[in-house]
Formats: sequence, structure tokens, C-alpha cells
Amino acid sequence: MLLPKPDRDLRLDLFRGLALWLIFLDHIPSNIVNWLTIRNYGFSDATEIFVFISGYTAAFVYGRAMREQGTLVAGARILKRAWQVYVAHIFLFAIYTAEISYVAHSFENPLYREEMGIFDFLQQPDITLAQAMLLKFKPANMDVLPLYIVLLAGFPPLLWLLLRTPAVALGASVSLYALTLYFEWNIPAYPNGNWVFNPFAWQLLFVFGAWCALGGAKRLSAIIRSPITAAVAIGYLAFAFFIVLTWYLPGLSALVPQWLEDWMYPIDKTNLDVLRFLHFVSLAVLTVQLIPQDWPLLRSRWLRPAIVCGQHSLEIFCLGVFLSFAAHFAMVEINQGVAMQIGMSLLGIVIMVATAALISWYKGIEGRSPRSRPGPPGATLVGGGV
Amino acid sequence: MRPIVVALLCAALSAGMALAKEGNECIVAAGSVGPDFGLPHVAQAISKNKLDVAVIGSASSELNGPAGTNIAYPTWLEATLRELLPGVTVKVSTYARARETAAEMEAKLPRIISESTPALVIWQTGTADAIRGVDPEEFRAVLDDGVDKLRAADADVVFMNMQYSPRTEAMLAVAAYADAMRFVALKREAVLFDRFNIMRRWNESGVFDLYGATRTTNVAERVHDCLGRLLADVVIAGAKLAPVASKGTE
Repeated sequence: MLLPKPDRDLRLDLFRGLALWLIFLDHIPSNIVNWLTIRNYGFSDATEIFVFISGYTAAFVYGRAMREQGTLVAGARILKRAWQVYVAHIFLFAIYTAEISYVAHSFENPLYREEMGIFDFLQQPDITLAQAMLLKFKPANMDVLPLYIVLLAGFPPLLWLLLRTPAVALGASVSLYALTLYFEWNIPAYPNGNWVFNPFAWQLLFVFGAWCALGGAKRLSAIIRSPITAAVAIGYLAFAFFIVLTWYLPGLSALVPQWLEDWMYPIDKTNLDVLRFLHFVSLAVLTVQLIPQDWPLLRSRWLRPAIVCGQHSLEIFCLGVFLSFAAHFAMVEINQGVAMQIGMSLLGIVIMVATAALISWYKGIEGRSPRSRPGPPGATLVGGGV
Repeated sequence: MRPIVVALLCAALSAGMALAKEGNECIVAAGSVGPDFGLPHVAQAISKNKLDVAVIGSASSELNGPAGTNIAYPTWLEATLRELLPGVTVKVSTYARARETAAEMEAKLPRIISESTPALVIWQTGTADAIRGVDPEEFRAVLDDGVDKLRAADADVVFMNMQYSPRTEAMLAVAAYADAMRFVALKREAVLFDRFNIMRRWNESGVFDLYGATRTTNVAERVHDCLGRLLADVVIAGAKLAPVASKGTE
């Protein structure tokens, strides 16, 4: 197995690996294991972790490439990555369409006459397929990759700016976020509505991650390490936990004052609500305080499965989406019991880990083979550069 | 002759008991579905012995039996309300149309209000919007406007969210719409009838097999029967809650 460069922060791989597991679990509907995932305990969920760490690693990898190989080469490599993500998305769409076509032909129940409407798009493949390739038609749970494609496509000029004047770049990102909320900008979707993850809003988290990677985290270290920050973060997480609790135990909602409800709701995922952003930042601050970069467990075999998944995030993300389809399919066709839910969840994670280990092994043998292209320094990290 | 009669009687009795037990089971398995807020206009209507209810919804508020009779939950709601409110004239009118989104329903509200002057509107929505991919934020705004219109017409609102459909669950993302309904219900102190979770609990506890493929309406009819009766309980509990709930009257 290829060992990562010593300067690579394994915490990023660890938490991105964990986020990939959580996204997989969240995408299996009616899964009891879902109760473990963080979205049930606060405002933000695994998507925030994934986008932030992706921004962080993209800046880390391509920032160095931009310094060493120039703006053009680094920009071209980022766009190549965006293309790879696009291809992966279309591949997943093909799998999804196969599954939904099968279900459409095998299921009938008068109770669900209305729900059968989701199969309508199969009646007009000419429009649907074209809209899918334009990233306008996106089936359920297939919204993260299109967001990521747009974020990567817009990243080269931003990275250029981040390397020169990080404050201006971050300021531009915050301004775009604010303008997006004010003017309600978004990308239209097919057949109706807008993108589920608004790239103009979610870029904030991606750019913030990139900014942190390029020295921002160091600049903020006094604040991040402060016990006052920790206390505020704990307080905010407790508040978020209580609010989420009122969604599941409606009797508690009487304890939330009306003015707070008026101000707080809706907590918008599409536009990365500030409450969600702050919830993620609170989690991140506490994580950084509790887990040092040289934490011995990071090198132990116990965390290796999550870390290796985080190092091949694009492949494992796609695999996770596919596995969540497959797990749901198996549950529908065979058995939907709790044992099955737990079994499918565990099996899925095992397959993700095994695949990630296999990809690492391939990278190892290909890296050693004489015909491999002369990789630039840091190229081994590109696989993790999602 | 006599043994046959006894056997028939026994069969009829056990069938009746099985039915009652099953009916009871579906109510118990639904868990707590009590209203969070009061229904003051319903309470007032009951005190005047005349309760008009309008059900606005899409295809999942309609169901026709083999003989073409209406066996959807509004029918069961009406029957149960009549049973539980002796002396009150109960009328449930259904305005259900397949594929109709919340915005299209909201546009129909003035007509429905003038036609049936309801004290209560059951607003079933969410699925059509999820299928069509309507912006959840627009969906939420439409529900909010609808609550304004209904309250201005002295009607209470009970939102009913989408059905739990395990087969299509991975393909139809309903969470954003369910959340929007919950947010509006909480914020406007309207009652939310959480059909999604009720049906999910039925499926989990094995009361109904919602995975099974079938052409018959047997399961569908029993599901609607249970939904109608649960809804009637919520309506009556909401009416009883009304005088205490000071915030819920506006």
C-alpha cells in the first residue's frame, strides 16, 4: 500500500473517509443505521465535511502544482479532474436509470399510483438523457457530483487569486454567497426548480476549505485553539442538537420561542444556510482541538479503513452511491428487516474499504512500473485531490 | 342445520374479531399522532353541530374499489367523524386531482372556500412537487400563502405529508418537501398529520406489507381506512385542544 507523503494531514483523509461512509448510509432509505449519522444530531451533515475537505485538499494539491508548474498546467489539471468527475456522474446516471427501469416494470400497487409518476421520465428518453448530460436532470441523491464539477470548473482562477491575495479571494467568495442569497441566484434544473446544492452558495465552504489549506488555518490558529472558541462551539452544537430534537419530538417545540422560529426557519440546505455553516465550523474547531495532526492513532491500523477511503474519494463516493442503490434494491427484493439493514450497511462499508485498498494497490504497482508517466511531485496525492 | 349455523356464526365472529384486531393494530402501530396545535374553528363548528371539511390533495387522496366505490381516506374520515360526533352534521368534500402541485392547489383555495365554507381543510401535498422537482423553497412559500388564505376564511389547516413508499424511496427525494411542510406547520402552528412516518411504522411493525406488488386494492383500502380513522382522531383531539392553545388561534 502506498504510504502518503509525510506532510499530508491524515485527519483530512480520515474525516473525508468517514463522510463518505455517512453519505453512503444516508442514501440508503429506511436504514436503522442512519441514526448514527451526524445529520440527526445537528444542522449540518456529511455533505459539509465532504465539500470543505475537498476544497482543502484541492488547494493543497493544485496550489503546489500552480506554484511549481505554473498557472496553465495546474489549471489544466483541475479541469481534467472536473471532466473525470463528469464522466463518473454520467456512469452513475446510467446505473440509476437501469435500476429505475427495472422497478418501473416489476412493481404495481394501486396504493402508489401517485408515486409511479417518477417513472414518467422514462417515457421521453430523448429529453431526459440530454437534460441529464447537461446536468439539469439529476435523480435523487445524485446532486453532490454536479456541485463538485461546477466547483472544480471555477477553481483555477480562484486558486490563482488565493495564491496571491488570499483575503481578497475569500472576500470574493463571501460576497458571492451574500449576493446569491440576496438575489436568489441558482442554476435551473429540469423539469422544474433549481439545483439542490446551489453552487453559488456552497462555493463558500469549498473556498473556505481552500483558504484554510493555503495558510488561513495558521492565521486563525490563535482563535481555533482558544478555549473560548471551544466553549462557544460546544454551546452552539448543544443548541443545534436541541432544535433537531424538537423535530423528532414535536412536544418539545413549545419550548422554542416564536421569534427564534421565525428567524431560524427554514434552515436551507440548498443555499447552505448560515446555521449549517456555523454548525460545521463548530464541529471542525472541536475536531482540530481534540485530535492533533500527529495523533498516533492516525497511523494505526484501526483508522486505516476510513483513511484509505478518504484518499480515493471520487471513486469511493461513486461506489457509495451505487452501493446505496444496490442495498436499497436488495432490501426491497429480499428482506427489509433490521438485520438486513445492518448487514447491508456493514457490507457496503467493507466493499468501499476493500475497493479503496485495491485502488491504492493499483496506484502502487502502476507507480513502480517503468512505463508510468513521470509524475510531478505530489502527483500521488492527485487521487486524493477530490 | 344447527351445526352449520353455529359454524357460520363462529366464522363470522372470528372474522369480525380479526378485522377489529387488525383495525386496532393499525391504530396502535401508528404510534402517537396527537395534534401539536389546537383546531379552534373545528371546535366552534362542532359546538354549532355542523362540521364541513374539505380535503385538498393529489392522487393519493383518491382510491376506487373494485366496484368503483370511493374507498379513499376522506370517506373513512367522514364515517368516523359522524360516528364520534353524534348530533353533528359532518360533511367531507374531496378536491383531489392527480399530479397537482401545492401551487396549483393553493390557486384553487378561494373557489374551494366559497364552495364548501370549510371549518377545516386537510391539505395533502408534497409528492407531486417532489416528482416534478419544484423548488422546495417555492413549495414552502406556497404553503405559507395557503395558510394565510385559509385562516382569513376562518378555516383550520391540517397538513398531510406524502405516503411512505419503500419501493420508490431511493428514487424520489421527498425529504426537502417533508421538511418544508414540518417547518410551515411548526411556524404557523398548523397541525401536521405525519402520514409518512405513520405508514413507515406500519411497514416496520408488519401491520401492512407496503413492499408487495399487487393489482388488487385490498391493502390500499385497509391503509386508507386506518388513515381516515387516525385523521378523525386527530381532528377531534385538535378541537378539544383548541381552547387551551392560545397561540394556535391566529
